[in-house]
Amino acid sequence: MDKARINEILGQLTAVDGPPGSESRVAELVESLARDTVTEVRRDALGNLIACRRGAAEAPGRIMLAAHIDEIALVVTKVEKGFLHIAAIGGVDPRSVIGQEVIVYPSGPGSDRYPAGLPGYIGSRPPHLLSADDRKKVVPLKDLRVDLGLPASTLDGGMIRVGDRVVVRGPYCELLNGRVATKALDNRASVAVMLGTLGYLANMTHTWDVYAVATVQEEVGVRGATVSAFGVQPDLAIALDVTFGDTPGVNGGETFPQDHGPTIGWGPNMHPGVAGQLKALADDLEIPYSVEPLPGNSGTDAWAIQVSQSGVPTGLLSVPVRYMHSPVEMVVLADLDRTARLLAAYIARLDSRTLGDLAAEIS
Amino acid sequence: MVELRTLLCRLSEAFGPSGYEKAVRTIVREEIQGAVDRIDVDTMGNLIAFKAGAGAEPRLRVLLTAHMDEVGFMITQVKKDGMLSFKPVGGVDPRLLLGKRLVIGENRLAGIIGAPVPHLQRGEAANRVVDLDDMAIDIGAADEKGALGKVKVGDYATFATGFSVLCEDAGWPTVRGKAFDDRAGCAVLAALLKRERLPVDLFAVFTVQEEVGLRGARVAAHRVHPDAAFALEGTLCDDLPRPPDEDSTPVTRLGDGPALTLMDRSVVAHPGLMALLQESAAAEDISIQYKAPGLGGTESGVTHLAHAGVPSATVSVPCRYIHGPAAILNLNDLNATVQLMDATLRRITAQDLAR
Repeated sequence: MDKARINEILGQLTAVDGPPGSESRVAELVESLARDTVTEVRRDALGNLIACRRGAAEAPGRIMLAAHIDEIALVVTKVEKGFLHIAAIGGVDPRSVIGQEVIVYPSGPGSDRYPAGLPGYIGSRPPHLLSADDRKKVVPLKDLRVDLGLPASTLDGGMIRVGDRVVVRGPYCELLNGRVATKALDNRASVAVMLGTLGYLANMTHTWDVYAVATVQEEVGVRGATVSAFGVQPDLAIALDVTFGDTPGVNGGETFPQDHGPTIGWGPNMHPGVAGQLKALADDLEIPYSVEPLPGNSGTDAWAIQVSQSGVPTGLLSVPVRYMHSPVEMVVLADLDRTARLLAAYIARLDSRTLGDLAAEIS
Repeated sequence: MVELRTLLCRLSEAFGPSGYEKAVRTIVREEIQGAVDRIDVDTMGNLIAFKAGAGAEPRLRVLLTAHMDEVGFMITQVKKDGMLSFKPVGGVDPRLLLGKRLVIGENRLAGIIGAPVPHLQRGEAANRVVDLDDMAIDIGAADEKGALGKVKVGDYATFATGFSVLCEDAGWPTVRGKAFDDRAGCAVLAALLKRERLPVDLFAVFTVQEEVGLRGARVAAHRVHPDAAFALEGTLCDDLPRPPDEDSTPVTRLGDGPALTLMDRSVVAHPGLMALLQESAAAEDISIQYKAPGLGGTESGVTHLAHAGVPSATVSVPCRYIHGPAAILNLNDLNATVQLMDATLRRITAQDLAR
């Protein structure tokens, strides 16, 4: 996947909004981007998009890739004289919500006129009017308001309802060195990796069936992965997510270098054989990577998939992202391609012996 | 109204922090060129447009100012890790800076101010306002060397906010964008110049460096030596619903028309000009409001002290959230400010300036 193509796909993927529970816009886009590389596509009851690319074997194994398509968001809790009170869905830092442009998705009477949502802004009170004490305080989400610039009467008919979703805008911003900043790179970066992997596989031979799943509701508790893993019933799974990129001024230890490939997850949530195979292959292919130590819950779809049905050998590949859960999450495009290349090569090497090898690792 | 909106859009999206107003000046010149008799630029960068009056001589010399500069940032250091340290140019609330997109320098390079990762914030750190000194601009450079080819110490930056229409309703046409303080005033002034000649000699000055201490207007007022001066501003508006028991003022209200300043931290308005503005508004059926006294300062603060004193007043367009990444205003307020100034300048006489 060349850089221009990754850039294009990622631009498209981050331009649509997918709050947890309302991911259909993203699912539709992913379906259209995946169409040429898969043979079957379905949606399950929670909205997971499950796309299958058949392998060449007579009795193929089944690998599931999971990349979540939901993103952190806000929800309307009250409509007051044309202004909206809000609360968080997922891990939102109120400090990066203030002073942001937003899109509100109304669902009440008259909302059909705004399929693309309504533009708004989350402002702040002029510091001139605040006490010196208040100026030093973080404004909590409950005190922030969405200003739609509308006369209060416009909303009198109930067009915006409590529960309607609000998403912070983060226009795609190209920086130096093939780095881009935008919102929802957590986890559209991995969706781009998954699409890139399918693209590579289209020009490779692989014996296993590949189930590429765009999962929903990860940010509120890996719920999409829970049911889609049950439905797909894979023999092996790789979750794709983002992790914390090294950031100047932030202590290391929990962060990983950017422009240095993916991280390969390691810990109780990962099958040691899968992690080992991924590392060995990356070494072979001279694709750089870091090992991400995860002493417990990885906080990713892998956590749910590993314990689906009778258990699934699971791996985790993550792309390091700076400023996670802000509207200016930042990623290095080359890391996306490195991850996709590693994953495609891994899938192409799966064969009839793979599951036996993994079992031997545990015994 | 569409014309006014397009004008404001052009002005709002221009790059013009205090001391670096050239891009705004270029747009202003293009907009008003055919509508004035003469354009000069002084040593500070003030653009001084002269439009002779149509009335009988001797004519009053009236100064109108609107500042071109906006609050922004200056790069103060390119660090070893490629990040840029910066300081604000003008008054910016540090709480508004996390997770924002910026444009930097002559080449309008894209940059961002990052944000703390909630997962990595422990204890008190999650509830602390991040200090300006702990923020940096990220342009994607891997190190100092990578950054130095693209930016240098002293480069200016502004918010990267684009202009948007929020409401098309003719009764409530609102827009969102950056730098409405004071591109709103610039739009009023440019629109006024495009109208029919007034009876008075008009010195329309698009000023520089208001945000760092009203510095452009000071020298412009000296040079023009006017009989009267009006500052055209985009001002504070804090009219969102507040708890009923809270002791607070909205300062101004969106949609209630031009706001007249009776007194702020920089000036006590000239009573004759105030009366004239009030009478003109009443005669033309233009709603006006009064800005809550004691807040902020405008260019009237320096124009009224020029030479031996100049009768001065400030007329403002209410803008919510000024000095931040974006503000919201109502174009009807903007349009009414143009009407009010036109009506006022058609009525003004030497008697209005007497004490």
